[in-house]
Amino acid sequence: MIKKEMIAMLLAGGQGSRLGVLTQKVAKPAVSFGGKYRIIDFPLSNCINSGVDTVGVLTQYQPLRLNAHIGIGIPWDLDRNVGGVTVLPPYERSKGSDWYTGTANAIYQNLEYMENYNPEYVLILSGDHIYKMDYEVMLEYHKANNADVTIAAMQVPIEEASRFGIVITDDNNRITEFEEKPAVPRSNLASMGIYIFSWPVLRDALIKLSEEPGCDFGKHIIPYCHAAGKRIFAYEYNGYWKDVGTLGSYWEANMELIDIIPEFNLYEEYWKIYTKSDIIPPQFISENSKIERSIIGEGTEIYGEVSNSVIGAGVTIGEGAVVKDSIIMKGSVIGAGAYVDKAIVAEDVTIGDHAQIGIGEYAPSKYDPKVYQFDLVTIGERSVIPGGVKVGKNTAISGETTPEDYHGGILESGDYIIKAGGVQ
Amino acid sequence: MRAIGIVLAGGNSKRMRELSNKRAIAAMPIAGSYRSVDFALSNMSNSHIQSVAVLTQYNSRSLNEHLSSSKWWDFGRKQGGMYVFTPTITAESSDWYRGTADALYQNLDFLKKSHEPYVVLASGDGIYKLDYNKVLEYHVEKKADITVVCKDMGPEEDVTRFGLVKTNDDGRITDFDEKPMVATSNTISCGIYVIRRRQLIELIERCAAEDRYDFVTDILVRYKNLKRIYAYKMDTYWSNIASVDSYYKTNMDFLKPDVRHYFFKEYPEIYSKVDDLPPAKYNPGADVKNSLVSSGCILNGTVENSVLFKKVYVGNNCVIKNSIILNDVYIGDNTVIENCIVESRDTIRANTTHIGTPDNLKIVIEKNERFTL
Repeated sequence: MIKKEMIAMLLAGGQGSRLGVLTQKVAKPAVSFGGKYRIIDFPLSNCINSGVDTVGVLTQYQPLRLNAHIGIGIPWDLDRNVGGVTVLPPYERSKGSDWYTGTANAIYQNLEYMENYNPEYVLILSGDHIYKMDYEVMLEYHKANNADVTIAAMQVPIEEASRFGIVITDDNNRITEFEEKPAVPRSNLASMGIYIFSWPVLRDALIKLSEEPGCDFGKHIIPYCHAAGKRIFAYEYNGYWKDVGTLGSYWEANMELIDIIPEFNLYEEYWKIYTKSDIIPPQFISENSKIERSIIGEGTEIYGEVSNSVIGAGVTIGEGAVVKDSIIMKGSVIGAGAYVDKAIVAEDVTIGDHAQIGIGEYAPSKYDPKVYQFDLVTIGERSVIPGGVKVGKNTAISGETTPEDYHGGILESGDYIIKAGGVQ
Repeated sequence: MRAIGIVLAGGNSKRMRELSNKRAIAAMPIAGSYRSVDFALSNMSNSHIQSVAVLTQYNSRSLNEHLSSSKWWDFGRKQGGMYVFTPTITAESSDWYRGTADALYQNLDFLKKSHEPYVVLASGDGIYKLDYNKVLEYHVEKKADITVVCKDMGPEEDVTRFGLVKTNDDGRITDFDEKPMVATSNTISCGIYVIRRRQLIELIERCAAEDRYDFVTDILVRYKNLKRIYAYKMDTYWSNIASVDSYYKTNMDFLKPDVRHYFFKEYPEIYSKVDDLPPAKYNPGADVKNSLVSSGCILNGTVENSVLFKKVYVGNNCVIKNSIILNDVYIGDNTVIENCIVESRDTIRANTTHIGTPDNLKIVIEKNERFTL
């Protein structure tokens, strides 16, 4: 009989709507990160580095890129005879079919997948965090405490604590109380959305709460276990961890990689992050280019000036172009003489010659002020920006735009162009 | 494809000086991210050859490491696959490969057990892209016994380190001089051959019976009047790296936009083992001009007209010009390197100076203790 001590279930079905046009066509876990990776590479690499070789990836929103990226798991050594990576989309049954309505509901719908492996423990992960963590150490902790549930938690600044699910613990780190996004937090220990469950406890909770609409770990499963008197412990994590759920935090996390000695160091020998690399050649830096404080991916050709930026693989930055404080993802082309300042440019975008992106003064977004509030120009994948146009700050562009879309050749700060097929 | 592939990767050359002390030429790093053998293997994969043997002998550790999985070139298949053959002791023989023909003879089983009618033989030290199907079509059209891929070299080029051929108007080779003292022609053999499998088995067996061991001198040269040997002229980029100067020049060729575009951007691509290194990082102080930089590099100094392979660390105030820095080299602060080839896994202490000249490139081998975090 197949037996795995611990298997992982990786929640990768969310849209990540706060990333705006970046997640218009791809799920958040498949968004590029750090010049070469995708966000999901971090939990997947953590799994294999921790010795967890059986991972179910739950997908739902726009899964094409994610499926293509994961494949059979070769880049992470997750192509296994027994176990390995399995992509788990919602499916049809003889009596109706349901989308995944919540994090726990998605796991509930895949009870059979988990039962196949006879696990003792199930690790619940989400596909939108940047961190390195040894889940094996967390499992040891879980066992040592004879716990039913262990929740990874970390100290956050008290003024930010109200954005998180907060746990309150006793002297033994056993959790006594929860507060979901409290107005006045009583502790600064925030849940990271990483759980280890003893399998019978998880199974029981999922079945008992199977009728719960939108069944969610934070809102339903954990409170249920708590009310049932289960032993729930907080595992305190002290390393680098970043939720890249907003454009601001996504941009910041990328920019932290270019520090001289980054807090989150990808250059360490130990604990490698793996990804599917389909671009192999080295990058070329031309005679007239200038690069300062940046990281640059494979196969990229630079003929212009780049500073404080994260440039992906296979990018071309034209002669005389200036790119600063920006993220340019895989395969994009920045035309000659173009100027790009504080922008997030998604994959395969074309910016025409002498276009000026990110000029003028900040103005609040007319499109969605909650999403676009970080003074960044955000350009969705495969967008085309014609040569010579000017684009103000805090703007959003998606689709093939033409000069007619820019009244007087300008997109004012705070404005947006979302072409057909875009998010509404 | 109707052919199997054989890559001759056994070789070493004195012309490589210290660079081939620790590896076979086929394992020489090329253009920042590749190794020489990637080109022949990728061409075979892109020509839909499914079954490939790599024959290796000289210091093959680093080649074996590179070939540890066949998946990078898409050979890990149920139908076909990639096989690495090193000399082994058998009941009949306890010899090393005494030459290219002997290497084939010692692995004759591979040829005999295959069912494809043709064989593509290629050396592991050529840098080129070629669809072997085109050579095979030519081979069939000319009803040739052996087809040799050839290239016309410029008049300024020293061709005496190659095999030189002369052909008649039909393309049939009338003369074949292996590494002559004086150049007799400017058409060289690229070391790539197409031959019918049964024909090859027969020639190799006869060679072995006569105690002859070399494919070029004992087959091509000896049989040139007896067999129909044809030259297939290739007119795209081709370079052989089996001397220090040509190795340096080939790497520097990739700084030219047309060469780079041809190999890096045009379909089909060249595959290589993936190393999972992070993107290259440019810290304050980095000043890079006209250079290739590979993944995993961290740069703090000046780099000009150079090729940096994977995982090179360049310290503060360093000046690196017209040089090739191979994989995993650490260069301490204030170091000056000009016209050098720096051997892989070197650790160069701070304040070191290494200067060669364009005509006499310096090969730097410095193995100091390295402390890593």
